[in-house]
Amino acid sequence: MPIQERLFGALADPTRRQVFERLAAGPRAVGEIARGLPVSRPAVSQHLKVLKDAGLVKDRAEGTRRVYSIDPHGLGAIRAWLDQFWGSALDAFQHEIERDRENEP
Amino acid sequence: MTATITPAPVRRTLTVRAPQARAFLVFTGGFGRWWPAGHSIGKSPQKTAILEPRVGGRWYEIGEDGSQCQWGKVLVFEPPSRIVLAWQIDAEWRFDPDLVTEVEVRFTAEGPDTTRVELEHRHLERLRDAAERARAAFDSPDGWGGILERFAQAAAA
Repeated sequence: MPIQERLFGALADPTRRQVFERLAAGPRAVGEIARGLPVSRPAVSQHLKVLKDAGLVKDRAEGTRRVYSIDPHGLGAIRAWLDQFWGSALDAFQHEIERDRENEP
Repeated sequence: MTATITPAPVRRTLTVRAPQARAFLVFTGGFGRWWPAGHSIGKSPQKTAILEPRVGGRWYEIGEDGSQCQWGKVLVFEPPSRIVLAWQIDAEWRFDPDLVTEVEVRFTAEGPDTTRVELEHRHLERLRDAAERARAAFDSPDGWGGILERFAQAAAA
């Protein structure tokens, strides 16, 4: 699987991906990100929180606004990828344990 | 100037319907039976993956062309309750013998036929340190920085 797919597998939600894409184009405040998106501003804030928790984006205060941006040299992307990676690996492990069990006499 | 951030470890927990000893055995000795073929860093498609069940053992994949791609080594091997693996893959998906991040897997019996499996992948900041050591490589078109940069360009187009 290309690395890009692995990476952006962490961004499977289409709206969240749109939010991330907007930040990829440059730092933005929540209001700017939400403009033109078919979801409410609180929903955008929620997506930003998920992206921030995953380490994919960072934020900083600018006056009274909070400005979000992605961090290309941060560890967020690789950490998000590793989280998915181990999730699917353990799913496969669980599947094998259950399959093995069914085959037992 | 980049602030130093210590990233939280990746943690995953699941419960499997198997006695502790069997869960440990399938995870380690049976590694190649369940390790997803897509979880590969080799150039050749992955044929199987092997975890040598002893301290100092390697864990690696074998490609369909017979080539081997090492992921790291076994740091702790305590059947049936615990294993610690060294993950020595850098941000460029290459084996780096100087890079050691740790993957600890604990197996805890919750009942005679139920085992809790807890995985923790830690010291992720070492991936960044290794990346900074090889800054040029990290900034190559296939590195994380390069990918995100291209993605940013595509998104801005």
